[in-house]
Amino acid sequence: MTHIDIVALEVGQEVGAESFTFTRDSLVRYAGASGDFNPIHYRDDFAQSVGLAGVLAHGMLSMGTAVQVVVNWVGDAGKVIDYGVRFTKPVFVDAHEGALVTVVAKIGLIDLEAKTVRVDITCVCNETAVLGKAQAVVKL
Amino acid sequence: MVNPNVQGKKYPETAPYLVGREKIREFANAVFSTNPVNLNVFAAQTAGYPDLVAPPTFAVLIQERSLGAVLADPEADIDFSRVVHGDQRFLHNRPIVAGDELTSVLEVASVKSLGAHSMITFSTEVYDADKKLVLTAISTLVVRGGE
Repeated sequence: MTHIDIVALEVGQEVGAESFTFTRDSLVRYAGASGDFNPIHYRDDFAQSVGLAGVLAHGMLSMGTAVQVVVNWVGDAGKVIDYGVRFTKPVFVDAHEGALVTVVAKIGLIDLEAKTVRVDITCVCNETAVLGKAQAVVKL
Repeated sequence: MVNPNVQGKKYPETAPYLVGREKIREFANAVFSTNPVNLNVFAAQTAGYPDLVAPPTFAVLIQERSLGAVLADPEADIDFSRVVHGDQRFLHNRPIVAGDELTSVLEVASVKSLGAHSMITFSTEVYDADKKLVLTAISTLVVRGGE
């Protein structure tokens, strides 16, 4: 397991940056895993019939994927004790190209007494932030 | 419009959900996790957990079960075809692990109007078989008003 020295951390420090490609396969896989079978996440005709430009990713897929950058830094998914996001923009997933989502994680707050660190996450697709106020508190 | 009178309403406890190893692995793969504690029992136990650890957003599965009752509640009057997920938060006392048997109780924390739209916030408390609080899931749905 990774050992992180909380005293050596600095606010603003980048602790991870990764890109993920969401394809239609990713959406179907997430639909099955989560039980969210809303057809706007896999059927173009349905998405268009409700006025969307196309099929979009589950917000919860973006949320669940973005935190992996924090998990990879801390090395243990069980140490993420508090995680919240706002869903600000949809991620449209092209049938052929998919969608490239880029996640960057930086230290936002350090609590030496509680031994917790707040990691602030940006999650961007097509130069647009798709999550707002994405923050994960990690217990070190 | 969502009925503002449902603010404070609590919904009945959901039936127990047994967290399975393969469900954790399936969910972990779906959210691009490569973290060994999500996938490998030995790694999870070496890290001090009794079994596989669920990814931080796994509790959405439990929350959905509670939400189903609200969306089907005629008193709340939520038009699901107009619902957009506004925000989501998971506050853990401890991580969910394989073998947990989880129940949940949902309360409507607030109902607000924003022009023609309604914002409804739910707080779902998730308990283990010993009735200990595992986590609280907080979710806001935006219900778009008619044109």
